[in-house]
Amino acid sequence: MKFGIVVFPGSNSDYDTYHAVVDQLGEEAVYLWHKDHDLQNSDVIVLPGGFSYGDYLRAGAIARFSPIMSDVVAFAKKGGPVIGICNGFQIACEAGLLPGALLRNESLKYICEFVRLRVTSTDTIFSNRYEAGATALMPISHGDGRYTADSETVDRLEGEGRVVFRYLGGPADADEWWSPNGSMRAIAGIVNEQGNVLGMMPHPERAVDPLLGSDDGLAIFESLLSRVGV
Amino acid sequence: MSHFRIAVHITPRRGILDPQGKTVAGALHTLGFASVTDVRVGRYIIVELDATDQSDAERQTREMCEKLLANPVIEDFEIVAHHPDGREAAGGPASLAGRR
Repeated sequence: MKFGIVVFPGSNSDYDTYHAVVDQLGEEAVYLWHKDHDLQNSDVIVLPGGFSYGDYLRAGAIARFSPIMSDVVAFAKKGGPVIGICNGFQIACEAGLLPGALLRNESLKYICEFVRLRVTSTDTIFSNRYEAGATALMPISHGDGRYTADSETVDRLEGEGRVVFRYLGGPADADEWWSPNGSMRAIAGIVNEQGNVLGMMPHPERAVDPLLGSDDGLAIFESLLSRVGV
Repeated sequence: MSHFRIAVHITPRRGILDPQGKTVAGALHTLGFASVTDVRVGRYIIVELDATDQSDAERQTREMCEKLLANPVIEDFEIVAHHPDGREAAGGPASLAGRR
């Protein structure tokens, strides 16, 4: 399976994603320059983390108008799998691939730490390798991760099983929802209505090896292998 | 074609948590400004452009706001037109609220 990793000016998780796919997953990956209009026959598109265009105006607001984004949107509309991680999630929201928006963390501080997540939906092409109710340890690293949408939209996301990851625990590691960044209902990751676009603030590509502190992120990439077919 | 300077005010929509605004309001209370009931912190953008007339300049700016400058999910915008020399348009701020 071929993963196309879009490189925007300011992307910084593109290499991590490449490492996850090629070295840990053993699949093929190519970098896709944001000014091109060529997805190079990729089976999956990844919008990686980073600070595209310096987060100017709003995180993701300018990257969404990069030339390649029209091809990514067309790919997604045809059902192609797209993963937006961190800044990629922000770009996917700005591009209208996912509902809602990601605002400045409630604490107004940049947060860089491991968080525990609850996998709240294992019925997606991105999460079918997790066991129902599983928890996953992954790092977050963002200043603008507060997921916000109108309550009607959030109700719909929950009702349709489209909230895939929720933040869990907290300082005392209580086994309950907890938003490190003020996200509505502790939402960490969601899928679109068709289930082929995943957006999440935590970094699964930085949790693919016990050496990194966790390999719980690998299951997202493995899930794609079993559903999309190589 | 004339040259126009258009100011755009972008603010968090009402009902959206604005931690920056809350923090500023708290600081104002600490300073003794007990009368302050709410503060929201937004963005002020000045666009200089060429247009046939003021309404054309405002129309173009509104389109810019809808496409890029503001995110309608979380922000409201307000357009204030200025004369080419930088003064506000006659008759006070020509506010074209983008609120819904």
